[in-house]
Amino acid sequence: MAHKRAKIELAANTAGIKSPNPFWLASAPPTNSGAQIMRAFEYGWGGAVWKTLGQDPPVINVSSRYGAMDFGGQKLAGFNNIELITDRPLETNLKEIYQVKKRFAKHAVIASLMVPCEKQAWRDITKKVIDAGSDGIELNFGCPHGMSERGMGAAVGQVPEYVKMVTEFVKDASSIPVLVKLTPNVADVRFPARAAKAGGADGVSLINTINSIMGVDVETMVPKFSVGGKISHGGYCGPAVKPIALNMISQIATDPETRMMPISGIGGISNWSDAVEFMLLGSSSVQLCTAVMHHGFRIIEDLNAGLEGWMRRKGFTQLDDFIGKTAPNIVDWKHLNLHHKTVASIDKEKCIGCDVCYVACNDTTHQCIAIDTKKKNRKPHVLQDDCVGCNLCSLVCPVDGCITMTTVDTGLKPLTWDELMKNGMKGYGEVYRRH
Amino acid sequence: MARSTASVWRDNFAELKKPLVREEARVEASRCLYCYDAPCVKACPTHIDIPRFIRQIAAADPLGSGETILEANALGHSCARVCPVEVLCEGDCVYHDWHEKPIQIARLQRFATDAVHATDELPFSAGEDTGKRVAIVGAGPAGVACAVYLRRLGHAVTIFEKRKIPGGLNTFGVAEYKMDGKTSLEELRLLFRLGCTVKTGIAVDSVLAKKMTKDFDAVFLGVGLAGTKGLGIPGENLSGVVDALSFIERVKAHDRRVLDSSAVTVVIGGGNTAVDAVTQSRRTGASKVILAYRRGAEDMSAYDFEVALARADGAELLLNAAPKRILGKKRVEGVEFARTKTSKGKLLEDKKTFVVPCDRVIKAIGQQKDESVAALFGVALNDDGTIQVDAKTLRSSQAGIFAGGDMVNGGKEVVNAAADGKRAAWGIHRALIPGAQPDESSSYWVSTIDGRVVAPIRPRDEANHGA
Repeated sequence: MAHKRAKIELAANTAGIKSPNPFWLASAPPTNSGAQIMRAFEYGWGGAVWKTLGQDPPVINVSSRYGAMDFGGQKLAGFNNIELITDRPLETNLKEIYQVKKRFAKHAVIASLMVPCEKQAWRDITKKVIDAGSDGIELNFGCPHGMSERGMGAAVGQVPEYVKMVTEFVKDASSIPVLVKLTPNVADVRFPARAAKAGGADGVSLINTINSIMGVDVETMVPKFSVGGKISHGGYCGPAVKPIALNMISQIATDPETRMMPISGIGGISNWSDAVEFMLLGSSSVQLCTAVMHHGFRIIEDLNAGLEGWMRRKGFTQLDDFIGKTAPNIVDWKHLNLHHKTVASIDKEKCIGCDVCYVACNDTTHQCIAIDTKKKNRKPHVLQDDCVGCNLCSLVCPVDGCITMTTVDTGLKPLTWDELMKNGMKGYGEVYRRH
Repeated sequence: MARSTASVWRDNFAELKKPLVREEARVEASRCLYCYDAPCVKACPTHIDIPRFIRQIAAADPLGSGETILEANALGHSCARVCPVEVLCEGDCVYHDWHEKPIQIARLQRFATDAVHATDELPFSAGEDTGKRVAIVGAGPAGVACAVYLRRLGHAVTIFEKRKIPGGLNTFGVAEYKMDGKTSLEELRLLFRLGCTVKTGIAVDSVLAKKMTKDFDAVFLGVGLAGTKGLGIPGENLSGVVDALSFIERVKAHDRRVLDSSAVTVVIGGGNTAVDAVTQSRRTGASKVILAYRRGAEDMSAYDFEVALARADGAELLLNAAPKRILGKKRVEGVEFARTKTSKGKLLEDKKTFVVPCDRVIKAIGQQKDESVAALFGVALNDDGTIQVDAKTLRSSQAGIFAGGDMVNGGKEVVNAAADGKRAAWGIHRALIPGAQPDESSSYWVSTIDGRVVAPIRPRDEANHGA
């Protein structure tokens, strides 16, 4: 029989918003117009969240809008913008939403909305975008710059009561799924998430961008990215924010109150494996922006191919096979096993003798890497009895696979801090000595 | 290869290693692993803190980087161009163990010192006047380096140079595609601003030598080696037989007489100077160049990468060929060679000989030791003709007389001479001011004389226990 590959289904469904794959363009400059979104769909994007719509007259933007942080040789490791919502008339956008949906019936078009906190204003715009043919609505409660000064965006998202109230305004008027886009500029993202749920939201999308100043030019001593020498804080995104986004997503995915709420994950996704991480922690779709602004729409080709290839290797045939699979592994510190022991070992064959691990361990962590000065090869070794398994050496080692962390069987039953507290610290001495 | 007079120097002698532009430098600098107790630093005779200066480039501080370099090596600007880094710092880069290209240390160093030169300001100043005077014989790399560090310590310095132009081999003896004479002179111009008196066109004789020992508190001999050794075979005086150093000097002076002056050139020797003579013959228009060496390839003292360059320039290698006679009436017409082979370390020659027709012979079998200056100062020599010195201070057998560079090490690199100059400056300082200790302005560079000793880190002990 001829070789036949298993069929992999990439179709996604987030709170009832269906798309041919889980990759959406986030509400941002790439989704500014119908022409851009149609081009993106032609490349293979699954969905697009329209650049946020607001009331007329449209906003006025400033010149000089984006800033970036490069790290080492990496451009746009972090990215920042002070652009406001769409600066085009509402009618123009509605007309183009209609045109896009007419041509791309199966692709998801989500209307991002932001109007002042008045019930009628929200009802009006909700009706209009539904009439235009949108598949879903995303409430922009996250934009941290400019609009927040006018009582919108993050100014709403930071107050759970407002989140709930406005969500109710929209849900009341909407026949299509409503996602609430959350701001990370809060102490605990679970509170606005719970408020969104209480207001009837069908799902949440996060994270929006983080308050940020991109830097100061040390030669001129003015902000690195500025509007004629001055700058307001902007929204930070790009690869650098990914761990922050993953944490917030896992918080919502594991919170008893919001556990089952659909999540569209956003924050520093650059490639398929980033996307898989977001999905493993509970996102049913993902949204990208910085990577697209860096490389254009065509990255969707390797995003789709990478996801499909990974699913094939793992034996998954649909997204639901793995969405949220890793979320249960995110727990409070008190539930970690105090008796788990890993130690570092250095592969002498792979070691190039840069001794970066040696100085890192000795200067900054636990002084358990040594160099045998009698040998001339500079190659360090781990004093495994002293190693606390902190990982630092394996993290700083430039050679792939040279320093590995190996689990050591302590022969001791798992014991967490929580259990230790509950049993009156029985076994404390044993744990302390082992470290 | 360009043949017309105007384009020869521009095209055939263009720099082989181009400067890095800012972005290239940043990317290359970012590759550096910042090794602990780095092998590249140990491989550098002047112990420049290479990871530090590279990190400074990565952090957009090229002037700070240049200062790190020039602290340890006063001639860092020229060393960035002329050092055989393949066998020094870059040769010991840990990237080799990774089967990756080493960090381009020389080009990064040049990026930093170019930045310093662009400001036209030295990152250090002369020390407070000590009232002591030091005479330096020879304005080559050893003498200049010694002068710089002595000035930084506050001693008055007078350099006596035999030639009309200072710099020694750095100015006259480096292949132009590595560094032109102008760059060497620019480096000196900046360094001499520390306040060195430079007397050029003065050869030391017995009168001057006596005067020096009387008028100065110390003398440093950085005289280098003398001219190319003779072959000791018939025909050496024929027209068309030249020595490599004079030839290279002419090429560097853009002397048009070297252009198209030979159809077939035979270069005799197996060292780096021989290779320089080969490539420069080719680049000045010789249609055929033969590098003739008495022994086999494995015995050549030229670096592999230099030989590779000669081959790339189209040179033919004639190995195991000992020159017996240079043939010709007035001008050279050929060289008669005997085949050789090595047996148990001994070189055996065939009786039968063969002739290689040529119209130019360049002798490059090493430089002679010039014992005359040493004799004027009465310093003791080793058996091989080098000056006897104390390894730590470079003091000669005579109190107050120090020496360094080629006449001490037998002929090494610019960077070795620079390291000697630095070591001798501290040796002289300690002789002039007994018990002197490094102060704030000298402690860093003094620590680079022997290289900073990195103390072994004590393994974790109980005191460090805990989070």
